[in-house]
Amino acid sequence: MDSQTETVALREQFETAGQQKEASTLGMWVFLVTEIMFFGGLFLAYMVYRRLFPEVFWVASSSLNKIIGAVNTAVLLCSSFTMVLAVHAAQIGSRRAIVIFLILTMLLGGVFLGVKAYEWNEKFQEHHVPGPSFHLEHTTEQGRAQLFFSLYFAMTGLHALHMIIGEGLLLFLLFHAYAGKYTPAYYTPVDIGGLYWHFVDIIWIFLFPLLYLIGQH
Amino acid sequence: MITAAVHEQATYLNESYGIKSWLLTKDHKRIALLYLATITFFFFLGGIFATLIRIELLTPSGDLVSSETYNKLFTLHGVIMVFFFLIPSIPATLGNFFLPLMIGAKDLAFPRINLLSWYLLVIGGCFAMYAMLAGGVDTGWTFYVPYSTSYSNGYVIATGLGIFIAGFSSILTGLNFIVTVHRMRAPGMTWFRLPLFVWSNYATALIQVLGTPVLAITMVLLICERSLHLGIFDPARGGDPVLYQHLFWFYSHPAVYIMVLPGMGVISELVSTFSRKRVFGYKMIAFSSVAIAVLGFLVWGHHLFVAGQSVYAGLVFSFLSYFVAIPSAIKVFNWTATLYKGSISYATPMLYAFGFIGLFTMGGLTGLFVASLGIDVHVTDTYFVIAHFHYIMVGGTLMAYLGGLHYWWPKMTGRMYPEGFAKLSALTVFLGFNLTFFPQFILGYLGMPRRYHSYPDEFQVLHVMSTAGASVLAVGYVMPLVYFIWSLRYGAIAGPNPWGATGLEWKTTSPPPAHNFDETPIVTTEAYDYAALEVAKVG
Repeated sequence: MDSQTETVALREQFETAGQQKEASTLGMWVFLVTEIMFFGGLFLAYMVYRRLFPEVFWVASSSLNKIIGAVNTAVLLCSSFTMVLAVHAAQIGSRRAIVIFLILTMLLGGVFLGVKAYEWNEKFQEHHVPGPSFHLEHTTEQGRAQLFFSLYFAMTGLHALHMIIGEGLLLFLLFHAYAGKYTPAYYTPVDIGGLYWHFVDIIWIFLFPLLYLIGQH
Repeated sequence: MITAAVHEQATYLNESYGIKSWLLTKDHKRIALLYLATITFFFFLGGIFATLIRIELLTPSGDLVSSETYNKLFTLHGVIMVFFFLIPSIPATLGNFFLPLMIGAKDLAFPRINLLSWYLLVIGGCFAMYAMLAGGVDTGWTFYVPYSTSYSNGYVIATGLGIFIAGFSSILTGLNFIVTVHRMRAPGMTWFRLPLFVWSNYATALIQVLGTPVLAITMVLLICERSLHLGIFDPARGGDPVLYQHLFWFYSHPAVYIMVLPGMGVISELVSTFSRKRVFGYKMIAFSSVAIAVLGFLVWGHHLFVAGQSVYAGLVFSFLSYFVAIPSAIKVFNWTATLYKGSISYATPMLYAFGFIGLFTMGGLTGLFVASLGIDVHVTDTYFVIAHFHYIMVGGTLMAYLGGLHYWWPKMTGRMYPEGFAKLSALTVFLGFNLTFFPQFILGYLGMPRRYHSYPDEFQVLHVMSTAGASVLAVGYVMPLVYFIWSLRYGAIAGPNPWGATGLEWKTTSPPPAHNFDETPIVTTEAYDYAALEVAKVG
């Protein structure tokens, strides 16, 4: 009860509701910049080693299941679409539509994570996890192939962690949307939650070709 | 009771009482004080390690501690001082307290995130202290692979986690400052009316936001490499240890500017106030802060001159490193030009400011030595480098921090510190500092390597001088701790504007009320408008 009135009302450090919304939005954009730099370190490592060992990366990438990767990409793009619809629903003030689209977004996100878990499990069975039992067919460079899979697990793992955090955010939004907290005059959390979700989506848009498709010409 | 309450002025300190009102506060001024207490603790903790290092180096043979212990001492000294004192120092205390006041805001844009950032620093510090108590870490504060990932027996993972967590504290402070400066300025407070302290903290925030996440992912990779053997830095799998150095210094060189830029902002305020003049070349100083922030990201390779980096990369990094001297020199020249024909008073903060300008200049100029490819090969990993960066970190940042703390202490607490003791401490710090670190330039040039706990006999005289200087320095640092605490109860009442300074922070009461200003100020003049102040006084 108390927190509800507090969030809807203007926080005391701000002069106007417009200033509050601008500050929150800018804050999320700055945060996303830090996220780009955070993932940037991994992308740099990927670039360096792919340039040094193009053939091994080619072979290792070919062993990934492109169909599953493509399906997951489609799922994630759809979740971004339903997220946009949720923001739109907040703008026009339809409580029911916000709730439905947030649930849809969460479900699609869940499907993505489920598929990801299946893929990781497959890697364990195929001995494609870096470590003593690692073995990749069609190459003699087992050490460098492990490097590819180390990067694969680090990058998809960090991405999946961001997805899980995103699901938590969506759950938070869902509770508040269900309680009727968001109105056309105040829906900033849905808006910036959407920004975050799209960001995580975009990261995957880069990961998919870099990890799955470099073997294809 | 009732009459006492009526007479007592409402401040952020007496607004509410009890430990909970502090630990759950969203007031940027209280959070600044939480930070102040925390980093003071870490400063003296790091100081204990420094003391042990200096005592060990009193004699040529390694007789006080074993070489393993010595490795842990300089590592913990570096880790604590860099990540838990210098990085948060000025932004998280003075910046946190005064940035909103200076732009006429009621608070930072995200007060809860501000409190969270303090908790993150404390949690990160707990991890680092756990590592320290459990047995220490001996890799040096740079955690170079493969030693840190494969060979070290120290608590690398706990320390790395601590730095990772403290890094997010720094990121959130930067994020908060950027949004606050963009969105929370009072009516009439245009960008070119901002005090230069705000400009420099804004530039610092840019580095915190762009650089620190790279350190975070580097620490994650380091921890994964050590625990899961990813192979990313392991040559046996085609990994490259030098990649670690690139990633580490991509943050850790700009981090030098996270440490010194806010100090430069403090000096701009001090020089103007105590010369009673507008800062000469205001826009140039403002832009030079941003220039340092940008250029700072393009020079990390000068830490890899001897790490097997290509000669061409070395040439470019050397050239770009020289380039940083330009905005730094712009600042130094403009401060000196501000002094010209100024009505200078030698209050304690100004003594620290003078100390900063001289010592920073020396630190900066010796930076040119180590930025040149040829000389760096001779002095790399020697005491020359140690002396160089201590002139920037201690002679620069710490002098500015202490100067700023004296300058704004009356505003923060409502009480004056004792001027006589304070001047004595400023002088002690300056003399002790030079006695400690100037001999190290000579030591390094003669070939004394860093991170050794024993050395040839002919170096002893210079080492004894350095240790003697460190004892003087210690006295200089303990004095402010004592008289600042003393002043909380016995200091003279300061009044709203003891220095007769311009700036919005002096237009409210000391200490300020919880929401900073009784009504939102409207700004109609540029910063440092001392000319108008003098006219008004005569009129």
